[in-house]
Parts: sequence; C-alpha cells; structure tokens
Amino acid sequence: MELLLIILIGLLYGAGVYLILRRSMVKLLLGIMLLGSGANILIFLLGGITKGKPPVIDEKAKLFQDIFADPIPQALILTAIVISFALTAFAIVLLKRVYALVNSDDLDDLNTNEEEDI
Amino acid sequence: MIDNYILAPVFIHLFTAIAQLMAWRKTVTQRVMSVIGSSLGVLLAIRLFTKVYHSGILTMNSSNWDAPFGIVFVADLLSSTLVLITSLAALAVSLFSATGLSRQRMLYGYFPIFHFLVMGLNGAFLTGDIFNLYVWFEVIIISSFVLMTLGGRKAQLEGAVKYMAMNILASTFFLTGIGILYGITGTLNMADLALKIKLVENQSLVGITACFFLIGFGIKSAVFPLYYWLPSSYHTPPSAVAATFGGLLTKVGIYAIIRVFSLIFIPDEFTKNLLMALAILTIVTGSLGALIKVNIRRLFSYLIVCHIGFMVGGIAMFTKVALMGTIFYLFHDILVKTNMFLIAGLIRQMRGTMNMKSLGGLYAQYPKISLLIAIVLFSLVGIPPLSGFWPKVYLFQASFTNGQYIFAAALILGSFVTLYTIANMWSEVFWKDVPAGVEVDNKFEPMPLFRKILLVLPIGLLGCVTLYVGLNAEAIIVLVDKISDQLISTQPYIEAVLGKQN
Repeated sequence: MELLLIILIGLLYGAGVYLILRRSMVKLLLGIMLLGSGANILIFLLGGITKGKPPVIDEKAKLFQDIFADPIPQALILTAIVISFALTAFAIVLLKRVYALVNSDDLDDLNTNEEEDI
Repeated sequence: MIDNYILAPVFIHLFTAIAQLMAWRKTVTQRVMSVIGSSLGVLLAIRLFTKVYHSGILTMNSSNWDAPFGIVFVADLLSSTLVLITSLAALAVSLFSATGLSRQRMLYGYFPIFHFLVMGLNGAFLTGDIFNLYVWFEVIIISSFVLMTLGGRKAQLEGAVKYMAMNILASTFFLTGIGILYGITGTLNMADLALKIKLVENQSLVGITACFFLIGFGIKSAVFPLYYWLPSSYHTPPSAVAATFGGLLTKVGIYAIIRVFSLIFIPDEFTKNLLMALAILTIVTGSLGALIKVNIRRLFSYLIVCHIGFMVGGIAMFTKVALMGTIFYLFHDILVKTNMFLIAGLIRQMRGTMNMKSLGGLYAQYPKISLLIAIVLFSLVGIPPLSGFWPKVYLFQASFTNGQYIFAAALILGSFVTLYTIANMWSEVFWKDVPAGVEVDNKFEPMPLFRKILLVLPIGLLGCVTLYVGLNAEAIIVLVDKISDQLISTQPYIEAVLGKQN
C-alpha cells in the first residue's frame, strides 16, 4: 500500500510540475490541482497508515495497548481539500474571465504593456 | 500565561467584516464601519501589546485542548508588535479607501474583503500552530485574490493570474513541508516542534523540509529567484489595495521565515549561506529593476523586492544584532511601504497618471502636502534620524562583525539605489514643471475639504508613526532588543506554550 501511494505521489507531483511549466492557462490550472492532490496524499502517507484500527478507544482503557490510526492527517487533508476547492473555484472563474478578455489560452499573451493605472 | 484576550484583534476585523456584509451595497455605512472597526482594532492591538510587554508571553488554547494537541495562539513581543503595526497600517488604508476608491469597487464588497484580509494577517502573526499558520495564509491569499481582481480591468486580471499561480504554488510547497514535518515529528505545535525536531534521527530530512518552507515563504515574501510575480502584479490594483499588499503581504512571508527559522529550523551553516546568497541577489536584482522604472508604482514594487533582501540578510546572519536590525527594518518597512503606495494613490488623484514622464509641478501646487511626503521619502531612504536609518546601522554592524562584506556592499548598493531613484522621483514628480502638452486631470482640487482631509490624513498618520519610530528610536531599540532575545533563546516561548520543561 505504501509503495503504491509513493508512486502515486511521485506521479502527481511530476505531472503537476510538468503541467505548470506549460504555457497554456488550462494546463496551469490542472497542474495546480494535481500538485494539491499530491500534497494531500503525501500528508496521508506520512501520517502513518494503520489498517483496521479506528482511533476509538474503549472508555475503560487506561493505557494505549495497541497502535491506533492517527486522526490528525485526515483532519489536515479535509481542511486542505476545502481550501484548495475554494482556490480552484476562484482560479477557474479568473482564468475564464481572462480568456474572455485576452482571447487566448497562452500565458505569454498576458503582457499588455498598459501604462494606464488606477 | 493563558489569556483569551489574544484573539481580540482578530475578532474585531471578523465582526467588522460580517457587519459590513449585512450592509451590502450601502457604501457610506460600510465606509464608516470600516474606519470604526480599524480604529477599534488599533486600540485592541495597543492593549494586547501593553499586556504582552508587561506580563510576558501570552497563550491561548483553543477549546481548552492542552498545548501540543490543540491549536494554540501565542502572543510574544514580535507577534504583538506586528499586530499593532498592521492595525495602524490597516487604519490608514481604511481612511484612504473611504475616498480614494471608486464607488463601483465598494459596491462589490471591497471593505468586507479588506477586513477579512487584515483578520488573516493578525491571525497569522498570533498563531502558534504550523498548520493553523497555513490556514491563515490561505485566508490572506483568498482575500487578496479578490482584492486584486476587484474591478476586472484587463491589466488587473493579467496581473492576478501571475499572482494567483505563484501564491497557490507557494501554499502547495508550504503544505508539502507541513506534511513531511508532521511525518517526521508527529506534531504541529511550533513550540513542540522546536523540541521534537532535535530528536529526529535523519537530520538531512529536516534540511529538506526546511527547504520546502523556505521556497514556500520565499515566494510569498518575494526573494530573489521567486519574486517575478510581484513587480508584474502590484502595479495593477487600486492604490489602496496595493498599499495593503505592498506594506503587509510580503512582510507576512518575512515574519514566517523569522518564526520558523528561529524556532524550528535553527539555521546551520548551509542554510545561513543559502539565505545570505538569496539576500544579496534579491537586493541586487531589486535595485537594478528599480533603476529603470518610470511608473511610480512599478518603481516602488522593485524597491519592495530590494528591501526584502535587507531583512533576509539579517536573518541569514542570525546573531542578536542582525536580528535587531531585521526586526526594526520590518517595522519600519511596513509603515513606510504602505505609505508609499498611498502616496502613489494621492499623486494619481492629483494628476491622473503615475508615469513620471507626464507628472510634475506638485511642489509648486501643494507645498505642504509635498513636504509631508518628503518626510516619508526621507525615511524610506534612511536619512538620520528618521526610521530607515537605525535598522541599517545594526545591519551594517552585524555584517562587519560577521565578516559578511559582500552583504555590506549589497546594503550600500541597495541604499544608494533607493536614494537615487527616490531623488530622481522627487525631481521628476515634485520639482519639474508639468511637461508641455500633458493634460492635467486633477481630481483632487475640486474635492470638498472633508474628502481632501480623508486622503491626506492617513499619509500624515503613518508619517507621524514613522517620525515617532525614528525620533524615539531609543525606546524602539529597547523593544527590538527584547524581541531578538526572545528569538535567540526560545526557552521562554516553549515554556509559555507547553509549561515548564524538565
């Protein structure tokens, strides 16, 4: 399981970095999303994977007698997912607006040398 | 000492923002609320600062979960002073935006978002939990995205794409760093991390994690190879927004670097050299960029980059004197950079442009306001006895005692370029007559007196604080001395959070 996740994280980060380095805005967006997912799985993996031991401890137990799954990484991932959801939603709307204005998907076209300021 | 008062400066901005959301599309009400909320924020921040100054580090465990398990908020001297200065800058921006912003932007919720941003800044300064710091950073960047794009002009949206991409990338790096850090230590509490990180067997993994944090914070604070987003986006939003960004957002990155590298990853020789190289290159590239700019705000954007290098260099040396210089510079920089962008906004109101080639004659028309601006400019350049001068003394002293002569040379270069560009700007904008053939679009002159005062008052307010910091440097140095003591010996911080260690 760990090995599989490690390969998956590598793939997600690699693909994310590759897409971010492309000139297309849509690929930039996809790259950011893949990197975010990679980071989430990384937290999940590094938090330690414990199978079939939910972190629910008997009321009478005074001592930890077993290894229980750590609930914190899941809380962290949940937070990170919610945040990246909001950010991605914003990014999609922004890129759509920019596409409508610039009429191009190429990041190199975003250099209007406009000296008009507010 | 446990004190729930810590979160007051965070909550005041949250409540102001919520109240403003209820007054949606009532711009006058929102403006009044914004000024009242920011003023209350300053008062609460002053109270927090005096509390921390007199009774030491304060902590608050959220939901009463004990320290390493729950999220903890910590107000030490550095945090509380930064909260105070941020609140002052926020008050100035509030006053300025009450008149300096088009009504169209206010209708779409400028003020609530601005207060959410300040809430995020205060939260980031006060938290004692590394994941919570990430969350505050996200609050800051989401608010700043909206402020950046509000208005939706083409240049603004283009700048926002670069700004958004780099900041989300920075957050991903930061999150990756947190993931690895949690994996190797099993804790997220910064004070607990400071203890646990020494027990990690594989110390090279700690170094790699530190690099993730450095890249994440480096993008946010615009250090050398990662700063390109800043000059290509900061000149696009309205000046009130640019003032918040230029004064506060990059400084949060610097604060995070100071906090994480003084508490968790104590810099070793490699990190110090890396930071030093970054600092020197940041100063050089920032000043080279500033030399050729003719748009006032682009010039200021490069000066931000240049001066970030001063602070990173101080962190790189990591001696008490160097940290004193860095922290003093941080305080000075927040006040002055916010003010510079407000001044840019005022100039825009008076002349309708920010291009130095078509500006001129401001001194002849408004001598008193020009002299007020001159104080701020002198302070930015660092003419003694104003506030920019004192931190540089400490930075020079530290660089000579540590044998960092290249950094000293870079400091001289950076200061000289700042002097040259600002002197150039002064003669172009204030002394030169309006060039022939340029139509002056003066929106400032026909304004009623009240609105004029509202535009000049925040510049005067921040200018007075800068003057106070400069002329009363002795008191500030006592404060900065205490702060750098707290940063170098972290024992009091750890004990305040976790209780007495054996």
